[in-house]
Amino acid sequence: MRQQTRPGPDQALLQVTDLHVTRDGRPILRGVNLTVMEGSIHAVLGLNGSGKSTLAYALIGSAGYALQRGEIRLAGEEITPLSITERGRLGLTLAWQEPARFEGLTVERYVSLGMREPDLQHVRQALIAVALDPDDYLHRYVDESLSGGERKRVELAAVYAMRPRLAILDEPDSGIDILTLEDISKLIRRMQREGTTVLLISHRDEVVAIADAASLMCEGQIQTTGDPRHVCDRYARCCRPCDRAQKVETELDYERL
Amino acid sequence: MSDFEAILKAYAAAGGNPEFLKSPKVGSLVISGNQVLGLNAIPGLDVQADPVPDGVRVAVRVAPAARIETPVHLCFGVIPEEGVQRILVDYEVGAGASIEFLAHCTFPNALRVQHVMQGTVHVGPAATMRYSEVHYHGETGGIEVLPRLQIRVDEGGRYFSSFSQTKGRAGRIDLDYTVDVDREALAELTAKALGYADDQITVRETIRLNGEGARGLARSRIAVRDRARSEVLATTEGNAPFARGHVDCVEIVRGQAVANAVPVVRVTDDRAQVTHEAAIGTVGKKELETLMSRGLAEDEAVDIIVRGMLG
Repeated sequence: MRQQTRPGPDQALLQVTDLHVTRDGRPILRGVNLTVMEGSIHAVLGLNGSGKSTLAYALIGSAGYALQRGEIRLAGEEITPLSITERGRLGLTLAWQEPARFEGLTVERYVSLGMREPDLQHVRQALIAVALDPDDYLHRYVDESLSGGERKRVELAAVYAMRPRLAILDEPDSGIDILTLEDISKLIRRMQREGTTVLLISHRDEVVAIADAASLMCEGQIQTTGDPRHVCDRYARCCRPCDRAQKVETELDYERL
Repeated sequence: MSDFEAILKAYAAAGGNPEFLKSPKVGSLVISGNQVLGLNAIPGLDVQADPVPDGVRVAVRVAPAARIETPVHLCFGVIPEEGVQRILVDYEVGAGASIEFLAHCTFPNALRVQHVMQGTVHVGPAATMRYSEVHYHGETGGIEVLPRLQIRVDEGGRYFSSFSQTKGRAGRIDLDYTVDVDREALAELTAKALGYADDQITVRETIRLNGEGARGLARSRIAVRDRARSEVLATTEGNAPFARGHVDCVEIVRGQAVANAVPVVRVTDDRAQVTHEAAIGTVGKKELETLMSRGLAEDEAVDIIVRGMLG
C-alpha cells in the first residue's frame, strides 16, 4: 500500500492545517494543526472527549466527519478531497479503538485484505507479531466469537500486515487482556523499522513513552507538540485535573452516523 | 450429452462433487425432472424413489441405531428451460440413528421452472439428522422454489437444517418449514439467500418447542439489492418447561430492495424462554469503512461483507 515516491528523512509525511470538524452543530475539532514526520512514532495524547478519535476519523475520510475548514496533506499531496478508499490506497489506514466484527470472514482473509500481494506466510507473521498463534486463529471468524482483546489484536495484525505508509492506532492498548504494553511497544517499533509512520492516539501517558514526538490535544485543538516527556508532564499537570472536556467523542457517536 | 451427464454438470455448477454420485460406497440419489437417474442405497439406508407425472415420490428410511458416517448426496434438478418438478419426500430416521444429507438443487437454464419440495421429516428418539440444501438457479430468475416441510423431532433427537442459495439469482423462493420439538430435543434451522433484480425471497419458519427442555434456533441471513424483496416470518413457541428458543435474523438491503422481518415469539409456559433479534438495513458503516480504509472499493467491501454473512 505504499506510494512509490516518498519524502526523505526529516520530512513531514502528514501535515494537518487548521482542521475544523463539526458534529450535530457542535464544533469538535477547532483548528487542529499537526505535523507528523516521515518514519516517526508520533503520539497524540489527550483526555477522553478531547477530539482524538474525531481527528482519526477525519484523517481517514470517514463519512460524517467532513471538514468545515482545513487541509490534510500526505507526503505533500492534498488528500482532503479523497475518499476513504483512495486514502487507504495511498497507505493511510486506521486501527479502530473498538474494531468491527465480520460474520463469516476468517482471520486469514481479514488480515490479508489490505496486503498488496497477500501471502499466507506474511499473514502468519502478522499474527505472531500480536501474540496470536496462527494455527489457532487463521481459520477462526472475525465475529462475536473472538473476545474483545482477541479482536483488537487481529485488528493490529491486519494493519501491520498492510504495511501502510501511515498507521493511525486509536487507543491500541485499550481492551487488550494478554497483549501487554511492552508487546504493543514492540509491535509499533517493528512497524516503524519496517517503514511505517505511526500516529499513536492514547489517553495514557505511559503509552506515549515510546513515541519520538508527542502532541497534547484538548478541546479540539493541539495545545503543544514536542518531546514526549515534556508533553506527558504537561498532560499530568494540566489535563488530568481538568474536567472541562466534554464527552462528545465516543464509539456511539461514530455509530450514530 | 446424456441426461445423467447434463445433471452432473449442473450439479457441479451448484457446488456438488459428481464423484460422490458415482461412488458405490456413498449413498446417493439423482433426480432430473421426474426421472430417477441414479440411486445408491448403503447399509442402514433405504431409499425408494418412484416417478409421478410431474416429479418423484421419495421415501428415505434410516434404520434404528444406524450410524452412517459418510454424508448421503442428493441431486435434484431440472435442465430444460421450462417444467415442473414436484419432490414428495418422506424422511424417517430411526431411534438412535445418525445421518447427514447434502442436497444440491440445480436449475441452471430456468425460464419457467417450478420446483416443489413437499413432505415430512421424522427424527426418532435420540437420533440425529443433518440436512443441508444448496441451490443454484442460474442467472435468468425464471425459477420458483417452494420447499414445504413438516418436521418432528422426538425426545432427545437433533435436527439441523440449512437452506442456502447464495450464487446466481434467487427467482422466487418461498420456504415454509414447521418443526415440532419434543422433550430434550433440538432443532436448528438456517436459511441463507441472495436476491437481486426482481427476485422474491420468503422464509417462513415455525419452531414449536413442545417438550420439556426442548431447544430451537431459527437463523436467517438474507441480502437483497436492486428491486428484490425479502421477507422473514419466524415464529418460535415455548410451550413447555425450560424450553429455550431463539430467532436470529439479519437482512442486508441495498438499492431499491425491500426487506421485512416479522419475528414472532410465543410462550405458553412461564418456565420457557424465547428470545429474538432482527437487524435489517444496509451494511454497517464501521464494517464498510474498516475495509475501505484497507484500500478496498466500496463495492468490493460490500461484497466481502455480504458474502461473509451468507457463508
